[in-house]
Amino acid sequence: MVADNTPSADNAQETSTPEGSGRARKVRFRIKRCEGPGKPVYWQTFAVQTEPGANIISCLQKIAEHPVTVEGERTTPVTWDSGCLEEVCGACTMVINGRVRQSCSALIDRIAPNDGDEVVLEPMSKFPVIRDLWVDRQRMFEALKKIDAWVPIDGTYSLGAGPKESPETQATRYVLSTCMSCGCCLEACPQYLKEEDPAKWDSSFIGAAALSQARLFNLHETGKQGRKDRLDALMGPGGVSECGNAQNCVKVCPKHIPLTESIAAIGRAVTVHSIAKWFTGK
Amino acid sequence: MSAENRVIVVGGGLAGLAAAVRVAEAGLPVDLFSLVPVKRSHSVCAQGGINACNEVARQQGYSEYQHFDETIYGGDYLADQHPVLEMANWAPKVIDLLDRMGVPFNRTSEGNRDLRLFGGSLFKRTHFAGATTGQQLLYALDEQTRRYEAEGLVKKYEFWEFLWPVTEGEGEGRRCVGIVAQDMRTMQIRPFRADAVVMATGGCGLVFGKSTNSIICNGGAAARCYQAGAWYANPEMIQVHPTAIPGADKCRLMSESARGEGGRVWVPRKKGDRRKADQIPEDERWYFLEEKYPGYGNLVPRDIATREIFDICVNQHMGVDGENQVYLDLTHKDPDYLTRKLGGIMEIYEKFVGDDPRKVPMKIFPAVHYSMGGLWTTFTPGSYTPETPVGEHKPGMVPPVDAQPGHGLAIGAPNNSMTNIDGLYAFGEVNFAYHGATRLGANALLSCIFDGLFCGVSVVNFVKGDRVREAPAESLPSQVFDRFVEQEEAKVKKLLDSVQMRGEIAPEHNGYTIANELGVEMNAACTVVKTEGRLKKCIEKVRELRERYSKVVMSDSAAWSNQSLSFVRATGDMLVIAELIAKASLEREESRGSHYRLDFPERDDDRFLKTLVGEYDPASDEHKISFREIDTSLVKPRPRTYGRVDAKPQDKKEAVAQS
Ligand SMILES: Cc1cc2nc3c(=O)[nH]c(=O)nc-3n(C[C@H](O)[C@H](O)[C@H](O)COP(=O)(O)OP(=O)(O)OC[C@H]3O[C@@H](n4cnc5c(N)ncnc54)[C@H](O)[C@@H]3O)c2cc1C
Ligand code: SF4
Ligand code: SF4
Ligand code: FES
Repeated sequence: MVADNTPSADNAQETSTPEGSGRARKVRFRIKRCEGPGKPVYWQTFAVQTEPGANIISCLQKIAEHPVTVEGERTTPVTWDSGCLEEVCGACTMVINGRVRQSCSALIDRIAPNDGDEVVLEPMSKFPVIRDLWVDRQRMFEALKKIDAWVPIDGTYSLGAGPKESPETQATRYVLSTCMSCGCCLEACPQYLKEEDPAKWDSSFIGAAALSQARLFNLHETGKQGRKDRLDALMGPGGVSECGNAQNCVKVCPKHIPLTESIAAIGRAVTVHSIAKWFTGK
Repeated sequence: MSAENRVIVVGGGLAGLAAAVRVAEAGLPVDLFSLVPVKRSHSVCAQGGINACNEVARQQGYSEYQHFDETIYGGDYLADQHPVLEMANWAPKVIDLLDRMGVPFNRTSEGNRDLRLFGGSLFKRTHFAGATTGQQLLYALDEQTRRYEAEGLVKKYEFWEFLWPVTEGEGEGRRCVGIVAQDMRTMQIRPFRADAVVMATGGCGLVFGKSTNSIICNGGAAARCYQAGAWYANPEMIQVHPTAIPGADKCRLMSESARGEGGRVWVPRKKGDRRKADQIPEDERWYFLEEKYPGYGNLVPRDIATREIFDICVNQHMGVDGENQVYLDLTHKDPDYLTRKLGGIMEIYEKFVGDDPRKVPMKIFPAVHYSMGGLWTTFTPGSYTPETPVGEHKPGMVPPVDAQPGHGLAIGAPNNSMTNIDGLYAFGEVNFAYHGATRLGANALLSCIFDGLFCGVSVVNFVKGDRVREAPAESLPSQVFDRFVEQEEAKVKKLLDSVQMRGEIAPEHNGYTIANELGVEMNAACTVVKTEGRLKKCIEKVRELRERYSKVVMSDSAAWSNQSLSFVRATGDMLVIAELIAKASLEREESRGSHYRLDFPERDDDRFLKTLVGEYDPASDEHKISFREIDTSLVKPRPRTYGRVDAKPQDKKEAVAQS
């Protein structure tokens, strides 16, 4: 298999056994670095002795232990974000060989199968860089506030069970609910632009992840109560109408969330909602 | 309560979020601290499910009481019994609440919540959402927290690191009145005032290097509370999960639900059999768990499964392909069924190993997974006080007590889940209270959420109490706080002064190297099998590492987002907890639950049916270890054999009863 630097919706393509597997060897990492907001960007290259089963994170850990570039220059450890190491927390997203994805599930034997292969690591470009590969995705969490991404329950005291649900609805909601706010869909989206000023987040395109979350909560029996507010929030500037239907988002979502379906569903709901609003004035 | 009262919650996993929501719901503002955005907390990793008695199981003879009895038996009687009873009684209500919050629990065709089988029980009592239950529960609580955040009652401090608890007073009267924390971006260190502080900082898997935990589970926060005077209980009780995939950076868990859904563990009967799994006929496969434990089979509790797998590989050299691995086989199940019920973990295996577990049996080996031990906490027992402890509870028997709230713990008592320091609470995995010497699968999520909700009320009541009314944290002089800020600033300065930007850092003083060596040592000495000789060597090794750490050299002096600083600082705290784990393992001269001493293979109730408590003495830098009585007033301890067929003759009767 060749190095997978093409965007692909189907991570399953990677499940064939890679050639390089099971061998310890040296792999080169070219890393885009930056010491903080407003600081210059520079590149450094490291050679890392990898072991079978190595992934980007285990290599970054080695660089942290021995922060020496290929030129033999002592430098600082590379900064990055990670958590679960099993592609379920969304923290470790970065651009790897030109493709946005999680670094914990990027196995070296698959992305750099041959001796001499180089791995290029960059921070996501749609979010402000904190340092090196670590970016600030606070805007994603603010978007969830904007669309009331919760079920408005009557408090946490015991009031019996929730509504019954068919296995079909559960299956639909479950997939939507696996969104780990990783930001891949936003990185890939031509309509979603980097915005450092929180005051402008509200009027900038909200992006596929939040649109899909609005659908998730609109599908829930109790969640439906917040439907109008959610649609209102997605009607104006920054809302669903700014999606250009480029469908890049759905191709890079690691959780295989049917984002274009969600966008279409929200788009239709917003249209109906705005017509109804126009007629009733509510 | 006055307008200025505030509560601090450190940790945004299930326990921390449940606590934050409960406290905010009472109208008390909450400051919520987390190393990572709370939605990315380690709880997201939990796969299998969450236990609770339910109507279907109930009609087959199960009950909340039996859930309680199983948990106590599973934990080898090391847990105080009253808190566990209360937790089991609340479990069905916790599930209902999560259901109302919108957790997409798997459904039956009629639309009811589906159930699965889990270790340590013969009843289906585990609720699940695919194989990413923890993620789904965490998100539900994250959403509710966001709701309070939008209302202004919860203020999040994400990417902030807890450094130290602020306390005032001495001895018994000591009270926690806030914390010192550091912003991991700006590196600003500052104090925060609060009338109660809840630690919900999870486990300490990183002490063992590679574990199934997230990379942030270093136990540093608990270790800091310990060094500040909070007691640490049963540190030696570390759960090693039987089924994980070994990896370069961590060991990825294959949830117990794989066995709950029918997964079978086996090795070829013939040593050195190199045939592919599908070419080995049924009668040449050794299903060793099913053979030894006909009742529970593959679903014996974790410590037992782990030791059996360890024995097969390490002692008998019967591992698959001569390596430390056994098969976990699901290939006899319908692939679509597997995708529906276990999709999340099927994907993890495919992604990280490259084989499809629907077609090829998985290869797995045990890995460190959970810490039953943690900060010591207390409680006020509830109304159920039998005259003598009750014997074994068998399915179908009428429980000796009903499941009304308040039987186990006094509802709202301010000291529930409070540490030995007033106003300092410990919830979730960092609380030692619920799982004794081994945790049953799918009981952790329950204990986390139960702690947050049930003991969240206790926090509110403490803040409403006299002590806080007389001297709210807001009214205290700033010197109370400054002292601790100075202490933390001095630590940072020492680390930054060590930075060396030229030449290679000697491995002796490289913080990362020290952490790696610690992980390897702890894994080898303090996990599946422990012996006096090996533990003593381990204590020496940790001493050596601590010595080397005192002269640690850092490689980054940045005053902005200095991750190495955070890591190296936490390494110092991990070393302290590691030392305590090793010393406690040495002191407990018996085998109980997850703690197995080759030189003391039997449980010894006379000497050790006791909570082991570590107390840190800052003056001598020593750990004072003592034993405290356990509350065994509800259930009488019995041998914990899980119906093993070659159990000792006196245990046989029970074997028959259980299988
Ligand atoms: C792979 C895996 C699968 C599991 N599956 C199951 C299962 O199916 N069922 C089950 O019942 N249990 C399961 N468990 C156990 C369960 O997931 C954990 O015990 C539980 O999630 C712990 O939750 P918590 O709220 O106590 O802590 P965590 O979720 O670990 O959260 C800790 C929080 O504390 C914060 N924190 C830590 N240190 C600091 C600091 N110094 N400063 C600031 N913040 C800090 C972190 O940022 C985080 O927000 C599993 C565990 C693992 C590892
Ligand atoms: S379909 Fe819409 S949201 Fe998705 S990438 Fe295209 S423009 Fe962005
Ligand atoms: S929708 Fe998919 S790509 Fe987008 S944030 Fe969620 S998980 Fe990531
Ligand atoms: S570290 Fe959690 S997704 Fe990679």
